Amino acid sequence: MNTFQFDTASLLVALPEIFLLSSIVVILLLDIFLTKGFKQVTYYLTQASLLMTGILSYSLIGQPETLIFKNSFVLDDMASVFKVFMMGAAMVAMVYSRHYLTQHSLFRGEYFILVLLSILGMMVMVSGYSLLTLYLGLEILSLSLYTLIAIARKRSGAIEAALKYFVLGAIASGLLLYGMSMIYGISGSLNIIDIAAFASDANLGSRETLIINFGLVFLVIGIAFKLGAVPFHMWVPDVYQGSPTSVTMFISTVPKIAAVAMLVRLLVDGLGSMHAYWADLFMILALLSIALGSVVALMQTNIKRMFAYSTISHVGFVMLGFVTGVVTGYGAATFYILVYVLMSLAAFGVIILLNKKGFEADQISDYKGLSKHSPWFALMMLMVMLSMAGVPPFIGFYSKFFILQQVISAGFVTVAIIAVVFAVISAYYYLQIIKSMYFNEPEGEISIVAPMDMKLILSINAILILVVGIFPDFWMKLALSLF
Amino acid sequence: MMELLSLLIWLPILGGVLVILIGNDRSDTARWVSVAISVLIFVMSLSLYTGFDSTTHLMQFVEKTSWISQFDINYHIGVDGISMPLIILTTFSTVLVLIAGWEVIQKRTAHYMAAFLMMEGLIIGVFSSLDAILFYAFWEASLIPMLLIIGIWGGDNRVYAAIKFFLYTFLGSVMLLVSLIYMYTKGGSFSILDMHNLSLTAAEQAWIFWAFFVAFAVKVPMFPVHTWLPDAHVQAPTGGSVILAAIMLKMGGYGFFRFSLPITPDASLQFADVVIALSLIAIVYIGFVALVQRDMKKLIAYSSISHMGFVTLGVFALFFILKMGADGNIVSINSGSVEGALLGLEGAMVQMISHGFISAAMFLVVGVLYDRLHSREISTYGGVINSMPKFTGFAVLFAMANAGLPGTSGFVGEFMVILAALQANIWYAVLAATTLIVGAAYTLWMVKRVFWGPITNPAVENLNDINGREFFVLAILALAVLIMGLYPQPVIEAMHSSIEHLLNQALTSKL
Repeated sequence: MNTFQFDTASLLVALPEIFLLSSIVVILLLDIFLTKGFKQVTYYLTQASLLMTGILSYSLIGQPETLIFKNSFVLDDMASVFKVFMMGAAMVAMVYSRHYLTQHSLFRGEYFILVLLSILGMMVMVSGYSLLTLYLGLEILSLSLYTLIAIARKRSGAIEAALKYFVLGAIASGLLLYGMSMIYGISGSLNIIDIAAFASDANLGSRETLIINFGLVFLVIGIAFKLGAVPFHMWVPDVYQGSPTSVTMFISTVPKIAAVAMLVRLLVDGLGSMHAYWADLFMILALLSIALGSVVALMQTNIKRMFAYSTISHVGFVMLGFVTGVVTGYGAATFYILVYVLMSLAAFGVIILLNKKGFEADQISDYKGLSKHSPWFALMMLMVMLSMAGVPPFIGFYSKFFILQQVISAGFVTVAIIAVVFAVISAYYYLQIIKSMYFNEPEGEISIVAPMDMKLILSINAILILVVGIFPDFWMKLALSLF
Repeated sequence: MMELLSLLIWLPILGGVLVILIGNDRSDTARWVSVAISVLIFVMSLSLYTGFDSTTHLMQFVEKTSWISQFDINYHIGVDGISMPLIILTTFSTVLVLIAGWEVIQKRTAHYMAAFLMMEGLIIGVFSSLDAILFYAFWEASLIPMLLIIGIWGGDNRVYAAIKFFLYTFLGSVMLLVSLIYMYTKGGSFSILDMHNLSLTAAEQAWIFWAFFVAFAVKVPMFPVHTWLPDAHVQAPTGGSVILAAIMLKMGGYGFFRFSLPITPDASLQFADVVIALSLIAIVYIGFVALVQRDMKKLIAYSSISHMGFVTLGVFALFFILKMGADGNIVSINSGSVEGALLGLEGAMVQMISHGFISAAMFLVVGVLYDRLHSREISTYGGVINSMPKFTGFAVLFAMANAGLPGTSGFVGEFMVILAALQANIWYAVLAATTLIVGAAYTLWMVKRVFWGPITNPAVENLNDINGREFFVLAILALAVLIMGLYPQPVIEAMHSSIEHLLNQALTSKL
């Protein structure tokens, strides 16, 4: 088992990653030779390689669980389905990004290369099955994101955001690595599969348990940082606000899926037997996130900052799903994060839609009277906001419902009550956006210059929130089937 | 093919989409189409009554298909004698509201009409859902159109009122959601009828009862969670006030019938005195609050709260009339009778329907005046009878009905509830009966100041009497008020079996 196998069959398992990496190299080289008039080629090639990677991942769904590269890389349904969703979300994000980049003169090949690189990192995180692979994926992702944030280097706040993210992210990575070294030191292996076997050994001594728990705390901190859970959320509002909106949208969507995947690999697959220890930590993090995210968002006037706090509160709900310690609870958390990505894409989509040269549309007051000028997109934003607030029949209700159902059936009725009370508080700031769009009179002209493809994709994206909300059964079952 | 009940839910919603597509630019088409749809729905809903079998308490017109199989949630709908009259009330009121908004609403007409149509479908969904999550989805979704109606077409302070309305009811209903999920984890089913038979301990019932209570009391609204209602009513456009008072408040009352009594009978018994105390406070205290209002809409809003107090009083009075004996037979407390308890429950239902007519009519009356002078202040008016004699005729009739004059529907429900209260405790009846004095005082005093007396405001002199459209709407409501007042028997008969069954459920202990 420990002999290194290098046959083509085992490479097929990593085909999506290999394909994406090759595409990145090709696009990177090609982009250098493209003259200014042909820069769109980079965009289309990016979309094509994302699509192809998605198709390759899709074709791997249903394969039996396979471990390759000395058990450090896994192919299972969770990995494939997550990759398909990540590619889909990334493609939509790229459609929105193009409009933003064009309007703000940021359209450069590097942007797309960096996005593709970060996605490669995320794919490694999703499939990583050893501490080293996971960390490697995380670093590929993080380094690409630091650079992406700083890509608008003349923009005030962008450098600050990038530096803040970099410094805090480095600390979090360090903590994560420290935790990993503890786990490695006591279990003697980097592979998740060996760690799981070690940790679930019934004869585990108290000394071993202590050291595992010591490492566990640092793992949880690292993951909480990446997810943006309180009290490791400090970077989230500043990075959201300081980054170019298209980067904010990207950070708030695709990497969240990867972070949840890493959480599953480390804590569920690896240290599932230690659930009782990390669930308590998660409970505190989750409740703090829900509370702080809901309350602090009330005071924001910048819509990106408001969404930053809204993300924190959504992350709290996701973590509640992991507190339950049952597979259906993990399924609920997965469902929640996928739904959140769908909603967040649409929300940032509407923000970017209104962007034009010199106008960022990042103040809540910028949305005054939107329903007069653009009733259709105001309606889309209305659906997204209500969905985020958890009002049926939109999909956001079912994701909250699923989590609450799991939390209550795990016996935490009080936790469920706390969560719903804060959900009502958070409804207030989503209503503020609806208020601006529908109840206030417009102040000046709002014109939409976005291209047709963006309008179309955004409409489909928002309508999905309603349609999936009316027929959520398939998606719930899909999320559950991953565990 | 869809069956009747499904059509009643989805046709208005799809109709609303159609009206939105017609667009604000073609507002006349939008008006005609939406009124045509609402009339069609009303006519169709009548066949719920004609096809209704009043000899059974079982659900009728049942449809059931799997919806979210993961949790065994079904698209399960049906009606019994409790929900059927409320559905017809909904379709009836919607027609009137759409006609009443005809030329009054000039701003975004198509959206206005569409919002009411969609709300109609969603509220029918609330009344006919037999699955708890389906119920919750409709219950919450019906907030959205009302939020927009208040916020877009409302008065000066509409934003505050709209958001207060939404958050109040949202907070109430999330508690409902938590308790529904709790019962699912206990019994493994989201079917409301299964929940009726779910056995719960006393402590569980107490928690669930209060969760229900928060959700439904906010909606009714009961003292002390009524404060959103005057704001919402005052700021809402006339049509919004009408639907709010005539139907949305009934969703709270319906909740007590469908959820609280059958699911938590023991807790209902245990806390009946609290509910009755709050109902009596609403009836008496809020009645006095209505007396001092200067704004006509606020006055009617407070009068609504006071009248809705009769509903909760009638429902919970039964626990002081009857109890379940040790041998499984119903025994009476203090010489009460089964008829007395039934009077209370049926009186509550009749009161809900009658209040649906009267409050709708009162808000339309204020709407007619507001459309002309853009003021809701009582002091603006005076001597309206001189320039609007026909209108004053209707207004006085509705005012009398609001005060509970025999022969109008306002009398029937209140009288039935007072009779029931008399069997429960004479003091309940005495306190409830003060409303006949206080209610007459605030209504007639308003009539005196607005319609009679000398004209003090020159603008009143030039008022035009109601036009054909307004006459039509008010005349239909006047008919409804009189028919319910003189011959309420058909409605009571239709609900009798269901109410009897409910009485049994409420008295059967789950412990």
